[in-house]
Amino acid sequence: MATTYPGTPSSEIGHVLEEISGEFGLYFEYSTNEKVAVETAAAAAASGLRSFVFMKHVGVNVASDPLVSLGYVGVRAGMVVLSADDPSLHSSQNEQDNRHYATLANLPMLEPSTPAEAKEMTIAAFGLSERLQCPVFLRTTTRVNHARGVVPLGRSKEPVKEGHFEKDMARFVPVPALARQMRLRQLERNRQAAEISEACEFNFIEGKGDIGVVTSGVAYTYAKEFLTDVSILKLGMTNPLPEKRIVDFMMRKKRVVVLEELDPYLEDAVLRTVGQKCIKAEVVGKRSGHLPFAFEYSPDTLSALQGKVGLTEHKRPVKQPSIALPSRPPVLCAGCPHRATFYAVRKALGGRDAVISSDIGCYTLGLNPPMNMADFLLCMGSSVGAAGGFAEATDQKVIAFIGDSTLFHSGIPGVVNAVFNDHRYVLIVLDNRTTAMTGHQPNPGTGRGGARSTEPVEIEPLVRGCGVESVRTIDPYDVRATTTAVKEALEKDQLSVIIAKRACPLAVKKKGGEGAKVCVVDPERCTLCETCVSRFACPAMRVNGEKAFIEATVCTGCGACVHICPKGAIGVME
Amino acid sequence: MKCSVLIVGVGGQGVLLASRVLGEAAMRSGYDVVASEVHGMAQRGGSVSSMVRFGEGVVSPLIDSAGADVVLGFEPSESCRALPYANSGTTIITDVNPILPASVVRGDEVYPSVDSIAEAMSSSGLRLIQIDAVGEAEKAGSRLAANAVLLGALAGSGVTPLPMVVVRESLLSNVRAKHRDMNGQAFDSGVALAKTAMNRFRRP
Repeated sequence: MATTYPGTPSSEIGHVLEEISGEFGLYFEYSTNEKVAVETAAAAAASGLRSFVFMKHVGVNVASDPLVSLGYVGVRAGMVVLSADDPSLHSSQNEQDNRHYATLANLPMLEPSTPAEAKEMTIAAFGLSERLQCPVFLRTTTRVNHARGVVPLGRSKEPVKEGHFEKDMARFVPVPALARQMRLRQLERNRQAAEISEACEFNFIEGKGDIGVVTSGVAYTYAKEFLTDVSILKLGMTNPLPEKRIVDFMMRKKRVVVLEELDPYLEDAVLRTVGQKCIKAEVVGKRSGHLPFAFEYSPDTLSALQGKVGLTEHKRPVKQPSIALPSRPPVLCAGCPHRATFYAVRKALGGRDAVISSDIGCYTLGLNPPMNMADFLLCMGSSVGAAGGFAEATDQKVIAFIGDSTLFHSGIPGVVNAVFNDHRYVLIVLDNRTTAMTGHQPNPGTGRGGARSTEPVEIEPLVRGCGVESVRTIDPYDVRATTTAVKEALEKDQLSVIIAKRACPLAVKKKGGEGAKVCVVDPERCTLCETCVSRFACPAMRVNGEKAFIEATVCTGCGACVHICPKGAIGVME
Repeated sequence: MKCSVLIVGVGGQGVLLASRVLGEAAMRSGYDVVASEVHGMAQRGGSVSSMVRFGEGVVSPLIDSAGADVVLGFEPSESCRALPYANSGTTIITDVNPILPASVVRGDEVYPSVDSIAEAMSSSGLRLIQIDAVGEAEKAGSRLAANAVLLGALAGSGVTPLPMVVVRESLLSNVRAKHRDMNGQAFDSGVALAKTAMNRFRRP
């Protein structure tokens, strides 16, 4: 069994598993959130079925509750939990170092450096999980997940397709009296795992000399290629760490550089062993002030080690010209229904102040001008809970945005809370019928397709069932009707939910639908007031001399701009 | 021998496909190969880059500053943005057709002239090959084949050790059957353009 909730940089695993699951007899599902994904996979592993659960780093926060208990309860068949961390926050709200979860939950951890090693370690992780009867944490980062490399393939084993749950209360029910015994067994298991780590083939030494490097993850590849005359202790099993091997390594070195991204996880362990064993080697890393804590490393990071370790020669950069290039941040796509909704909300507010509580999805891009539609954001589902807080704590109007997938993920408890505690604000569900940002995965609102197809969970009856009285569904492409709906909701002194329902045009295009229409500007009527390019800012809108025009290769023919042109100069052509 | 190729462009232009094609071509040619890219939030019309490195002992997925042997640029301002990765021996192969960012369309920022961008790149002393990839792609059947023109130009320039026919095969195996003829034609026109350009460089 494999389960997940999509999130960059882990989403591609799901794309592949979804495609091959039928052929390989694998049960694969997109779960409603990471917590449910871990619980589902845990039950399979407890029933003797190997299971794999994967998510982005912040997804592990959501899943942390069952994960820490799983560290007590354990599994029968192998279970691997993959965390895809995102140093440099390429697609995330933080760059937390999830290696701490392995120590927090007392789970053995493997940390690959390359795609080929990721494959070897995943296989090894299942074996290790079965040997120790607990899940194994596989910690990856963007530069491993979004890397390509040559991966030698083996043969897959015939999978066990059906499990059976043998009841064993002392193992699987952590009530206090039983959990105390589990805790002691966990500590014993940690001791066994430490012995395994000492002999683990993924922990090895390369090169000779009295200058050493201790490293893990993708940082190893930089050390291997761009440092000279060093002896590298490459750590692949990083919880528990092979302390004896580290001590042995440190004792033979004059100086040791600890090279790892994000937190000084290895470095603090090295410093502790150095302290405990009174080893004299100099330790160079983040704690010594040489290497940065923040953001991903690259070959260039190593220049901070000048004078401490041998560096390969680099070519000299060309003289950089002083030309100013325009920035190119990501934007909402042409035809994006979120743009139409945001425009309608701006129009409905008409200059009035409102706190905009945003959430995780494509619509977070609404923070940019000209929409400026994000004032506060924490995490998946936070817009709903936070909106209640703003409504209680301030006298400002409050509008919350949340996507369909995010609402199912963790927005619903916030809705129930608002009903229960009488929080009064406007919640706009941006229902684009898919999980767009991560690559158009299905969600409960779409139902799942394929052999196990299910009916969609409809949002309107769901929120009505939560007790919300003011609920309406609109089509955001009808900008006028949307503006009216938002205006009316803002007037009400109660919780109002507006569901802006319209499929993501990229998803529609992927399925081969629509695309026959295109919007055009009538140059006779256009006065170049720039409402379309400056306020609506659809990427298909352009200016050519004195007139606006619409780039036909970019336009999706959604027709939302027809409503926003003050001169009525825009029409839709078949 | 190690070779580092930096591919840059705008989300949706086919940068990731080009990186995949090049990586596979390097693998088929018997090299160690590592490629790295960023997608997700970065994709929606923003700058996109991908790094492909191949040769003996290549393990780092990232190119060091000034470490690119070739920059393959799908858009002129994005090619120019890649200059910190260029050294005096770098070849930049770039399309000449600008894609204006939203801030420029809105009038908040200015897009410099393509000539001034080219001037900025070539003033740094490297080899600059400018081609109208979109124009050639349109001749082949669709502007969407511009990435095939650029891959052809890269293969035809001879600045990497990858055999042209291997890159071509790798490209065709990565596109749908119905688009193969068009991509083949686009690739070949890129090869021809690059050969002409390289001949110019060779003249005294």
